[in-house]
Amino acid sequence: MKKYDAIVIGAGHNGLCNAAYLAKSGLDVLVLERNPYIGGASVTRELHPGWKYTNCSYVCSLLRPEISRDLELARHGLQVIPYHGGVTFTRDGDHFGNYPDAERVYREIARHSLRDANAHDRFETDVMKQTRLIRKFLMSTPPDPTSLRPRDLRGLLEFASAFTEMGEEGLLDTIRFWTMSIGDFLDEYFETDVIKAHMSGSGIIGTALGVYSPGTAYVLLHHYMGEVDGSIGAWGFARGGMGSVADALAASFQSFGGEIVCDADVHRVIVERGRVRGVALANGREYRANVVVSNLDPKRTFLQCFDAGDLPAEVVRRARNFKIRGSSGKLNIALDGLPTFNGIAPESPLMRNDMHCIDSLERLERAYDDWKAGTWSEDPYIDMLIPTTVDPSMAPPGKHMMTIFVQYCPPTLASGPWTPEARDAFGQTVIDQVAEHSPNFKDLILDCEVRTPHELEDEVGLTEGNIFHGELTFDQLLFNRPFPGCAQYRGPLRGFYLCGSGTHPGGGVMAAPGANAAREILMDLKRPDVIPASYPDD
Amino acid sequence: MKPHSEVRLLDTPFGSRVRDACEVHQWEDWKGYLTAAAYEDVELEYFAVRNATGVFDLSPMTKYRITGPDAQAFLNRVMTRNVRRLAPGRVGYTVWCNDAGMVLDDGTLFHLAEGEYRLCAQERCLDWLQWSALGLDVAIADETADVAALAVQGPTSCATLRAMGLDGLERLKPFGIARFPFDGGELLVSRTGFTGDLGYELWMAPDHAEALWDSLFDAGRDRLIRPMGTAALELARIEAGFIQAGVDFVPAEQVLRHGRGRSPFELGLGWLVDFGKGHFTGRNALLKEKENGSRYRFVRLDVDGNKPAEESFILDKSANVVGHVTSAAWCASAKRNLALASLEMPWGRPEDDLFAEIYYSREQRWTRLETRCTVMRGPAWDPPRRRQTPPADF
Ligand SMILES: Cc1cc2nc3c(=O)[nH]c(=O)nc-3n(C[C@H](O)[C@H](O)[C@H](O)COP(=O)(O)OP(=O)(O)OC[C@H]3O[C@@H](n4cnc5c(N)ncnc54)[C@H](O)[C@@H]3O)c2cc1C
Repeated sequence: MKKYDAIVIGAGHNGLCNAAYLAKSGLDVLVLERNPYIGGASVTRELHPGWKYTNCSYVCSLLRPEISRDLELARHGLQVIPYHGGVTFTRDGDHFGNYPDAERVYREIARHSLRDANAHDRFETDVMKQTRLIRKFLMSTPPDPTSLRPRDLRGLLEFASAFTEMGEEGLLDTIRFWTMSIGDFLDEYFETDVIKAHMSGSGIIGTALGVYSPGTAYVLLHHYMGEVDGSIGAWGFARGGMGSVADALAASFQSFGGEIVCDADVHRVIVERGRVRGVALANGREYRANVVVSNLDPKRTFLQCFDAGDLPAEVVRRARNFKIRGSSGKLNIALDGLPTFNGIAPESPLMRNDMHCIDSLERLERAYDDWKAGTWSEDPYIDMLIPTTVDPSMAPPGKHMMTIFVQYCPPTLASGPWTPEARDAFGQTVIDQVAEHSPNFKDLILDCEVRTPHELEDEVGLTEGNIFHGELTFDQLLFNRPFPGCAQYRGPLRGFYLCGSGTHPGGGVMAAPGANAAREILMDLKRPDVIPASYPDD
Repeated sequence: MKPHSEVRLLDTPFGSRVRDACEVHQWEDWKGYLTAAAYEDVELEYFAVRNATGVFDLSPMTKYRITGPDAQAFLNRVMTRNVRRLAPGRVGYTVWCNDAGMVLDDGTLFHLAEGEYRLCAQERCLDWLQWSALGLDVAIADETADVAALAVQGPTSCATLRAMGLDGLERLKPFGIARFPFDGGELLVSRTGFTGDLGYELWMAPDHAEALWDSLFDAGRDRLIRPMGTAALELARIEAGFIQAGVDFVPAEQVLRHGRGRSPFELGLGWLVDFGKGHFTGRNALLKEKENGSRYRFVRLDVDGNKPAEESFILDKSANVVGHVTSAAWCASAKRNLALASLEMPWGRPEDDLFAEIYYSREQRWTRLETRCTVMRGPAWDPPRRRQTPPADF
């Protein structure tokens, strides 16, 4: 039987990135994917003829530019077109437009509150300071604070020096920031409900926490630490949907001789005498390699792909306790034309950015209450975009595609498991909310894909439907991600590694976990490091 | 029509006239307002300021009206200089700092009438001012859009304005304020400017703006008046040695990297800091700096040769980097090759041997120079007419 140098379980973008680097270093690498298509949560599918759905992730910013460039993703077909700004519709028919440029934002905030308009600069500066700190660590393995190995000590020193660079006050701010709620943080800058509601969205996306839950300020940072071409915090559309990211990574991987097998549901990692030897599929087929890398989330990895007896009890316990609560759903909609929104002209720049319908932190917190009670939010937070206003490749000319990310939506309902009827009722709740602000929206719907955490788990393999492979709370970050002992991409068995979003620096279409894991693997194999370092001083 | 917030660039109150006058269509975004970088020719515009009259539309400048029983106490709390010494009818150049003694911005403070002030600045700081006003009986209003403003600068500016009907303007001293009836409203004139020359700034309600522009250009035609854009103004202000927020220093609230801010001492503005007046924001930090020494020195350098030292490193004798240039230009009136530079302490003493690393290209060939610089004592351009009262007619 053929023996590979390494097998990567899962063709999510991190698995593909990891595989690409292993292959680039000269290894013979196989990627096994359960679905008939690749990409995981970074996927584009044509579920309605002529319309491309960016089914899960829908906008791109976190993707590390060092990786994108190094793996020649542009040559392999990836284009990211930036967009700027956003809008939140208010119940009284007005809106807040977060225009693409500073001066219009200033004027627009001033329309609601002059003081808030002036505070906005301070807000942006303060968030950017924290962003710059965390960006330094995206392309590196978190140091183990309990280890005395020179490499960890060096890492800790870098850590400490990054902190000292912030200055005394900056350090104190950082500690507050990492532990604070996004609501409390925003209250320190703004007085206007709709402004706070608009700015808070990034603090809760993908997180089973409310705007007043401690830890959500950090989640905001997670959405600000990316960039498009050096514009920090900017987001863009991957042309053709987020599947283009995975496709480009796959093409890059294949250009180094890598092999991808779809419809390959890995059932079990084969362990012999304390080290991994390969994997077995659900259909019984086996593949052999001395290095096995999992792109799956930590729960799925350790609790579903191993015989419990092969793992230390400690790891099983930690994997069980890992926090990975699903909180999000998604609607992908084919539209017969461009919907109109109250108070916004069709040619307004506000049509080309993210749109939201909740105008106060109070309403956001109530939306979270519903999740706690085991039902979807009656009045949900949505992050809605019409990619076809920027990307002409997503639908036929004159037609449009809409993506709506929805929060909150529980992994199971208080009333029992998800049913197709419940799923449709959830979808209807969202459509009704949008229709409140868009009179012709409902009439334009040609097709609608509704995804609850149940579908996300079932189809994408995300445990509980958690979009980030585990929550981004401080207890599960850096050297605690996913949990101590596995935070440097190494699993508990020789030859076993993790490379998915459940590892540092976490979820999102970032590719950094995949690349960082590859660096560790190559180090263990005593091969040269082919992973790019971060660009300095950004 | 687009909603106000959605318009990418707003017209200033002089918009119709500015658009007409701007032949080269070199536009800039200044605080969200359409602003001419040049109207016809930067050289002509610069020489208008030094030889006749140049007119600059400074309406986008941030303006706050500060009133109330505690207005003076409030301003004395936020400004480094002693505001009590600023008599009604006078204008003072000033800086304000954060608690760490880092400069937030510089600007001019107008004492319009007893207890009534206008603060004119590049950066917006309403939020900060309001935090600083807690506990004081003071009202702070943003009047940026409510005041149309023109800078009228140059040797024939006084004569031009008098020809426009501002009788007695010649008696107005530098940094003084005068009021004149105009077009059924009140025109406020201050003898201030950003060019280092004889000059005035006119302040008026926006509905009189077009009338003001028209009368001004009518009155000035024979005295060779010209509109000028930001490019010409930039040359004039560098020649005069004035610093600009966001160019020569990073306003403290925008600093991302710890330590990149500058104190007043580090910008050569120590003369604006009055420790004797009682408490003000940043005082403790600045006192400490005074005791322990500053990190940087801001200097005006006269650079040998005629190649502007734009974005240059400043080197010592052994080619170590000891600072960098923040603004530079060949100054046609002063006949100096001027650079404003921020140097690490202790560099910038008169006896220091300093060199600017200059790159320039001629017909595709790049040359690198290490050119000697001399630390200047005073400003490069400071003609007597700037202060002379009454000014001559030209
Ligand atoms: C609805 C939604 C919206 C999102 N929006 C954004 C966004 O706009 N921008 C952004 O940056 N991020 C977004 N995210 C997050 C981001 O998409 C994910 O964090 C990221 O794509 C995860 O990538 P990954 O490679 O780590 O894992 P995954 O993409 O989860 O890949 C894991 C792969 O493993 C496969 N697999 C699972 N089990 C097996 C098995 N037993 N055998 C073989 N293969 C298996 C899966 O099919 C999958 O292909 C969103 C996520 C979701 C779900």
